[in-house]
Amino acid sequence: MVSPGKVEIGQGIVTALAQIAADELDIDTGRVQMVRASTTRSPNEGVTSGSLSIQQSGRALRYACAEIRQIFLSAASDRLGVGIDALDISDGIISGPGNVRTSYWELAGEVSLDRDATPGATPKSSTQRTVAGNSVQRLDIPDKVFARPRFIHDQALSGMLHGRVLRPELSAAKLVDLSEGGTRAIAGLVAIVRDGNFVGVVSETEDGAEAAMKALRKAATWSAGETLPDENRLAEWLKAQPAEPAAIDKKTAPQAGEKKRTIRRQYTRPYLAHASIGPSCAMAKWTGDRVHVWTHSQGVYFLRADLALVLKLPVENITVEHMEGAGCYGHNAADDVALDAVLLAKAAAGRPVRVQWSRQDELSHAPFGAAMAIEIEANLDAQGEIVDWRHSIWSNGHTARPGRAAQPALLAATELANPHPRYIATNPPQANGGGADRNSIPLYDFPSWQIECHRLLTMPIRTSALRTLGAQGNVFAIESFIDELASERGEDPIAFRLRHLRDSRAQDVIRSVAKRANWKPDKRAGIGYGVGFARYKNTGAYCAVIAEVEGAEDISVKRLTLAVDVGEAINPDGVINQIEGGAIQATSWVLKERVRFDSQHITSNTWTAYPILRFSEVPDVEVELIRWPDSEPLGAGEAAHGPVTAAIANAVFDALGVRVRDLPITRDSLIAAMESAL
Amino acid sequence: MPSIGFRLNGVETEVDADPDRSLLDILRGPLHMTGPHFGCGANECGACNVIVGNHAVAACDTPLWSVADKDITTIEGLGSAERPHPLQRAFIAEQALQCGYCVSGILMSAAALLRRNPSPTGEDVKGALDRNLCRCGSHNRMVRAVLRAAAEMAAPQ
Ligand code: FES
Ligand code: FES
Repeated sequence: MVSPGKVEIGQGIVTALAQIAADELDIDTGRVQMVRASTTRSPNEGVTSGSLSIQQSGRALRYACAEIRQIFLSAASDRLGVGIDALDISDGIISGPGNVRTSYWELAGEVSLDRDATPGATPKSSTQRTVAGNSVQRLDIPDKVFARPRFIHDQALSGMLHGRVLRPELSAAKLVDLSEGGTRAIAGLVAIVRDGNFVGVVSETEDGAEAAMKALRKAATWSAGETLPDENRLAEWLKAQPAEPAAIDKKTAPQAGEKKRTIRRQYTRPYLAHASIGPSCAMAKWTGDRVHVWTHSQGVYFLRADLALVLKLPVENITVEHMEGAGCYGHNAADDVALDAVLLAKAAAGRPVRVQWSRQDELSHAPFGAAMAIEIEANLDAQGEIVDWRHSIWSNGHTARPGRAAQPALLAATELANPHPRYIATNPPQANGGGADRNSIPLYDFPSWQIECHRLLTMPIRTSALRTLGAQGNVFAIESFIDELASERGEDPIAFRLRHLRDSRAQDVIRSVAKRANWKPDKRAGIGYGVGFARYKNTGAYCAVIAEVEGAEDISVKRLTLAVDVGEAINPDGVINQIEGGAIQATSWVLKERVRFDSQHITSNTWTAYPILRFSEVPDVEVELIRWPDSEPLGAGEAAHGPVTAAIANAVFDALGVRVRDLPITRDSLIAAMESAL
Repeated sequence: MPSIGFRLNGVETEVDADPDRSLLDILRGPLHMTGPHFGCGANECGACNVIVGNHAVAACDTPLWSVADKDITTIEGLGSAERPHPLQRAFIAEQALQCGYCVSGILMSAAALLRRNPSPTGEDVKGALDRNLCRCGSHNRMVRAVLRAAAEMAAPQ
């Protein structure tokens, strides 16, 4: 039985961890029982994010299991009177010379694992492993294909009630007046809960809760909301806000090259929605002054810490248990809805309450990935070689996850009669991969550079962690600019990159992708090819992409060819699945996505107003995995987004001769780019 | 309230409910069928798709009255671990999903397609699934899985 602190978010982590345990213990993967994370029994492994689960949790598990194997071997050696070295384990059966045998299960009574792991256990080497490194079928997939209830949305606790929270359509509006009359008459109503601007209903049935919400919406009067920025002038707005500057990195050349000219470009990316297919959902149940919460949050301990702050309860009174949700792609409303459920359940007299957000709420009240403005300036010498490089970012912070600060980050906390201030998103330090500045330090060997980041201190539009944090924006900017400089010199963009990279694994992925995509295919009218490369966080997986696009007014991405190096791949097919998914999601971001708003509302709160890529628009995706079984396993979930974004933009330039520097690449942004190039 | 009858996964079913309520509401509520998922409630994502007659429809946008006397198939009626539908086998073989929240609706759209067109092309499959959203980017694997299932069903037994 393995009890990891990391949670399944559709990335296959549970299977990969089971593979690691099976390998070290020499048992069949099917024997490994994986336990859902909960604050009552799991190690505190923080949050499941940043493509770190295999790196962190996987390594811990590998060492723990190696030690357990050793403990059992020595117990077996005592019982059988055979030296440890003469023993073999096969699917849990421990045998030695002369047919002596015992097993994990036989010895289980004698061996206590209730102890701390000690340093010194030696896990198997890559050549001794038989399970990790092979593609195995994910353990969670049959349930999902046969629709056995597995998602939190599909669980029913006994005596469960249904809750809904009424949120204003205007951003951060205050509840001025609420007449409850009509709502009280709705069948099944259990309670109307109001605490300041937080207002919700509890009902015996889900449709009763929906009906009560509708009535309540009519009965509520809200104040004017907060003013939102102009969605068409985001860069100007971002640069004009009060901000906290940070020097991210500086490299000084031993000898300054001679500057002949300077080129400066600005790139932007819009706010992006996580846009999970399943709106956020949670359940909560009070027993006296103790509360049990079921959640699809990525960090059960962090959520518990924030709930404790809001409820003013010791953490011991709160149990937070994970259940799978739909894919979240970062910090969405999973944590917010958990607090909603906790607050509504207070009025449920000890019965559990399930709260489900609407599609509208999910697309307008959940945190978004932050908009970014990025300026890059390069000094060039007479040959057009880069002698100095400056990269500046303006953006809100890229994380406002719960549990990190003395103040809660949950939505309802700002709505209560005694409100907590809105938590302004921050950036993790560079040592943890950075936030807005993630991947802003070039991997290329430019002689000198200066990287700086301006974190906004205002946050009219709520932002938090979205897959890759700032890396997608920064890689888009760097790789677009590089492409532009190479093309000005008349140099092949792949040759240009290879010439500026010292890391052989980086060169390998670029060479591999070039070979696989037959770089560079002959020019055909209306078709373009572009390349993008990054090493995620500069310490994670390497990924190079070649995109093929087609079009004039509307761009379609025909094919993405990727080469990826994730070090040791525990479940190679799982890695490829993650890379394909990341590549397709990034294509969706690039071609279609942008959170829309007017001066007071988020207006992109339906799938029609916030379209994502459809089956007919999805490119062919081909992934080559470069295997390094002896090196650290590196997460795969976020490696493709930045390189894919840049490759598409560069392919659009190749096809049309137009540089689109403001995402998304739509008919409108193409026209704007053509006009500004005139 | 009038009672409305239909065949649900082959079983004669009667419900007493407001005929204007959505089929999704009835399935997930009183009938305790959690296979069809709630995604938007507005016929925009396909997470709730079921088959009525031979067509995949969004259960969230199908009023109860409109299915009186009809044949309804949900994912629960498609197959089981013991007797999987070829599509379910193929989705496992191709590992054709990530989070899987969209998958029950996608399987129903695909099953409806195969009822109407047993040998679809890749383009046909994409067309039939175009109203189903998947945020995880599992599209290409899903298309491969549908084609694999079609081939398996066409192969002489
Ligand atoms: S929930 Fe029915 S189409 Fe989205
Ligand atoms: S597999 Fe997650 S939404 Fe489709």
